[in-house]
Parts: sequence; structure tokens; C-alpha cells
Amino acid sequence: MVLEAYADTILPGQKRWPGDRAVAGVSPDGGAVAAGALLTLRSEEGGMAPALDTLADRLDEHAQEYAAETGLDLDPTVPAFVSLDYPDRIRLVQRLTDPTHPEREAWTGLAMFSVIAFDAAAHSHTEEALAAGHVGLNIIGFRRPGPDGLWRFDTYSYGRQLARPHPDTTPSGSPA
Amino acid sequence: MTSSESTDVLVIGSGFGGAITAYHLAAGGARVVVLERGPWLSGEEFEHDFKFGSSSTRVFDFVIGDGMSVLSGNCVGGGSVVYFAAMPRAPRFVFDRQGRFGHRMWPGTISRDTLEPWYDRVAEALPVTQTGWDTVPFSGGLFGAACDHAGRTANPVPVALDQAKCTNCNWMMAGCRFDAKRSLLLNYLPAALAHGAQIRPLHEVQHLSRTDDGGYRVHYTVLDEVDYRVEVDSGTIDAKIVVIAAGAGATPVILKRSEPTLGPMPHAVGRYFSGNGERLNTAIFDEGRIREVLGLSRPDGVPYEAYQIGKGPCVANWDKLDGSLPEYERYSLEQLYFPPGFGTILAQVPDAVGPTWFGAEKKELLRTWQSWLTVFTMSEDDNEGEFGALPPSGNAVRLSQQMLARGSLRYQPTENTLRGWALSDAEVRDILERDGLSRVMPWTNDVVGAYTVHPLASCRIGDNPDTSALDDRHELRDHPGIFVTDGSAVPAGLTVNPAMTIAALAERAVPGIVAAARERGVPVRYGAPAPDGATSGRAAVLPLVRGTVQR
Repeated sequence: MVLEAYADTILPGQKRWPGDRAVAGVSPDGGAVAAGALLTLRSEEGGMAPALDTLADRLDEHAQEYAAETGLDLDPTVPAFVSLDYPDRIRLVQRLTDPTHPEREAWTGLAMFSVIAFDAAAHSHTEEALAAGHVGLNIIGFRRPGPDGLWRFDTYSYGRQLARPHPDTTPSGSPA
Repeated sequence: MTSSESTDVLVIGSGFGGAITAYHLAAGGARVVVLERGPWLSGEEFEHDFKFGSSSTRVFDFVIGDGMSVLSGNCVGGGSVVYFAAMPRAPRFVFDRQGRFGHRMWPGTISRDTLEPWYDRVAEALPVTQTGWDTVPFSGGLFGAACDHAGRTANPVPVALDQAKCTNCNWMMAGCRFDAKRSLLLNYLPAALAHGAQIRPLHEVQHLSRTDDGGYRVHYTVLDEVDYRVEVDSGTIDAKIVVIAAGAGATPVILKRSEPTLGPMPHAVGRYFSGNGERLNTAIFDEGRIREVLGLSRPDGVPYEAYQIGKGPCVANWDKLDGSLPEYERYSLEQLYFPPGFGTILAQVPDAVGPTWFGAEKKELLRTWQSWLTVFTMSEDDNEGEFGALPPSGNAVRLSQQMLARGSLRYQPTENTLRGWALSDAEVRDILERDGLSRVMPWTNDVVGAYTVHPLASCRIGDNPDTSALDDRHELRDHPGIFVTDGSAVPAGLTVNPAMTIAALAERAVPGIVAAARERGVPVRYGAPAPDGATSGRAAVLPLVRGTVQR
């Protein structure tokens, strides 16, 4: 739940059900969580899985510190980071991923995996993800492949000269 | 450890620096073994798939350093498999660069003129041809039209690409499924194999030691084909000559790890790293303005929405490749495609109210992905990169099974580098934001530092032993018989894509390596034609290399 809330802070989505606490619901369609961020984080290939429990605990500690510092009351029925509203989650993630933060590599790593789940569906074969209506690939408008699962674009060029070449260009096309 | 194997020439790495030298030495009669730490894929094994574990993560290395991350090839064929095949020659002024020490960085023997015959050899071998406007994809056309509208010029770039085979699928960066990209898998490497060279994938060289007969012993581990963090075997090979071409992010690490057995390395090993002054901007285009201002539309009437269509960089702006400009103020701008994933995370939201690289506004930016245009700056940085503590093995600590690793490169850009980036950012904005065409923001350096796909200069050639690790024949100072022929030998950023220059330098280095091998009793001669048998390039260079020529 904590890591879902983190992924949703990176690329937010709509709540999956009324009362969904991890997803803040600040975007009208699916975000990183719906795109499979947790599957990507947990994938054997990604290498993050062994560290996830520790990262979730650490994130909650940071959230508690943040709440204490800013005078926020946390809801004890959910993890501390989940208890934060979206603007506070944003502020905390900005702090954790700042280039000067000693743990920034861990937090930018989580962010990278969240993004790659959203716009590349890294936990799934791309063709299958597109066929299943993967939310991230749909949102970026990633085109579908041909029947053999490969991409080809027969129409690809404006087909005309659109600029003058630099005068110092060799006949083979290099800078003179 | 008892060595059970020997060869004449051991080549570390199979990218441009390794494949070209391996071919010529094998063709000249030497016994050649190539150790490549990545897998060996070809043709249909290059998948159109972003899934972790597919070919795209198997063939890449993404090494996060302190202030600089490096994306490079990790497979047989090295950088040639994962590059976009742009092959311009370096501008003339590059070879006169002085850098921060105020003396010529390149050896006095190397200039654009003296390198030209070697460039010609590469152009014949791959081959390299200029892209025509009729095959420039929509993104390159858009960039060209925007440059023209702003009063600038724009050039289709020379590429190692068979246009007739290209499907414009834009999966080019992860290998070429259709063999349209003229990677080393299609020329130098098969020709080297035909002459008896052996190529061993998943062999990661760790260090070198000396043998009693004045040669070298190369110590390697064999990596698991799925999880590169796992070592499944190890061994050694003795060789009379060692050619190191592991890439600018790995070559200095191998050499530094060899210091306990080989003795001190030249001061410049692992220093003066250059990211080729690379910098990326993402422009978010207004489709209506593309039609109204530039008069462009696709055959289906849509102005652009074609970021996904194409074949990498095809059109470049060379207006700032002007030798009369001060050093650090010269750069090229190149239209580029970057696939989803790591490219998108670093794109920033123009005029963001909240965070620029994540959050709700970033998600909205992703909805316009097909209207993006990426512009790639290659400028003159200050060679400010330096490698730190050695990792336990390889060149970095691998975090994922494949691809993602943490390295020890430190890179804090100097004022010179930052000024060049700022000038190029302003130029990109002036061209692409003109008349409301787009909004532009550079990629953030806050997430993984600066970013390069063309690492250079960590073991560079030069005349001054204080600032170069190699003499002008690419031989490692104080360690005769070790040659370095990859991008690490290039002394400084080139302001254009470096593969053509790395390849030309490797071609140029071969006669010297042949001579060194002959001195050690290896019956090898120089004089092989291009891999397909063409001889024009050879005819032009043979007069330059008398003495080692094959009769």
C-alpha cells in the first residue's frame, strides 16, 4: 500500500474503488499503479524486490517525521505515507529525491520503476500489454504492431527537402 | 591459477574498437580471441518488446554514476548494435582543441586530413551513406522545417543504414530486427569469424597480469546469460598482444584493477572522462502551429503526431560547428527519438507549477507523447569525469539482472560545460519555440545526473604523458603490447556522434598493432580489404603504412 502510494505520487491515477487510500485520485484515469508499478517493482528481473519491504518501512518513517515537522495529524489506520494527502506526498517525494538527499538513489530508483511501468509496461510483453489495453501505453498513444507483433510504418516521411544544408558540408554529408 | 590457453591477440570488447582490430589481425594471419561481456544476439533475436529480460535489457548497460549516467552497449557488436547509426566525421576544429590545460589534446599526427583515409575505410566497410530528404522521417522533417523557419540550416546526416530494408519501426536502439542497420554484426565481425577469430560472449574481463615471456594473461569470469550478477565460470588466456576495447566506462576500470599485477597505470587512466557534452531537450509541439506556421501535414492530414515513427537521428543543425567560435561554445543539435522508459522520466514539464519530472502535470505531458520532438546537443565539455573506487567485479555494481548498475564515475560539470549547455538550450528554444511552435525544456539532471550515450576519453591518446594514457599509436604508456582502441582513446568530445571517429581511429591503429605483434613473433601482416572485399579504402591507406603491408 505504501509503495502504491509512492508510485501514484510519481504518476497519479484515479481511485480503483471508493475509499482507495493508496491512490489519491487526482487524475481522471489510471496512473502508475494501474499500469503495473508494483508488478514491475516485484519482478525478478528488476532486482528491486529484496529491498521493497525496507523501503516501505523507511518511507513511512520519513512520512512520520514530515508529519511531526509540519504539525499534521496522521490517520493511524493506514501507513503514514498513505495518510498524507497528495500535496504533502508530493512535497515529501521532492525532498527525498532532491540531489542533496542521502537516500535519493533509492527514491529516484522507485520513481524510475514507476515510470517505466507506466509508459513501457516493463513487467509485460509490449504486444500483450497493448492488446490488454494497458493504461500507460494507451495514454502516450503508443501505436499497435502489425499482425506478426512487429512495428512497420509504410508512411513515414514528408518526402521533401525542408531546409537548406549547411554550406560547409562535404559531398558525403559530413561537416567539412 | 594455471593457464591452459593461449592466443596471439586477445581483444577485449567487440564494439567498433574491438571488431575492427579483430578483423584485420585475423585476416592478416594472427590467432585472435575476442572476449565480450554481453550476449550474442542477431536478426530475429532483437525483439520489439520493452519487457524486462527481452533483448532490449540484455543488450544495454545503464550505469548510474555520481553526476553522470552512461548508457552503452553490452553485447557482441557493442555500441554498433544499440546506436542509431549516425556516422558523421568530426569537424576540423575538433582536432585542434586545447581544453583546460591549454595544450593540444590530440596527438600532433592526427588531424581531420590525416584521419580522412581511415574514415574512408569505415565508410566503405559498413557502408555509410547520407540520408536523403525523401527518407527523412516526420520528426527529422519537422526539425528541419523548424530550423529553416528560424533562419538556420539543417542537414540530413550520414548513416550506416540500408534504407531499403528499414521499416521505420523506431526500435532501432534495441538492435535491428530487419538487419537494416549496418551494425558490426553484418560486416567486420562475420569477416573476422571467417578468418578464424573466436568470439566468446558473456566473458567479462576482470584484470590483466604478465606472463614470463613478456606477454599478458587475461583473467575473465563467465556470466550467467539471464542474470549478469551471477558468475558461472572463470579462466585465463595468455596473449602476446592485448587490445582493450571495452568502452570508455569499462576500459579504465580493467586497467586500474590490473595495477597490483601490472604496476602503476599512467595518470590519465580513469581521468578526463568526457560525456561528449551531451544534453537533451524535449519539445512539446502544438499540432495546429505545425500546420499554420510550417505548412506541414502527413498524407493523412495530421500535421505530425509521429514521434514513434522513424529511425533515430536523421537531421542535424550544424550552424554552431564554426571553428571561429570560442572553445566550449561550439555544438551540434540533432533530432532524436528516445523510446519510453528512461527517456520519458527525465523529460520536464514546461512552466510546471509543481514538480517538473513527476506528478500530475508530468502525467498530462505524457498524453502528448506523439507530439514530442527530442533534440540532442553534443557540445564541448571539460573532460571533468573521473572514476573512483573499483567495484568488486566488472565496471559497476549491477542492481538488476540486466542493464541497471551503479558505477563509480564522478562528474561535476564545470562552468565551461554549463555555459555550453546553456547556450545550446537557448538555441534550441529560439528555434523550436518560435511563433508558438512548441514549448521546450531540457531533461533534468536531478534524477540520475547528466547523461551520455557517447562516453569518451577515460584513457586517451595524446602527446603529453601527463594528460594522456596512450601514445599516438594507441599503445598504453609503460605497458608495451597493450593497445586501447575504443571511445576511451578519443581525447575529448567531438561535437558530433563519435562512432565514425572511434571506428576510424581503430582502423588507423591496426598497422601499429600489427607491427607490435610482428615484433613479438606473430606472423601477421597488414593489408586486408574491407570486410566485403572492397579495396578502394585499402588502396588509399597502403602508402601510409609501408613496412607492415601484406604482399
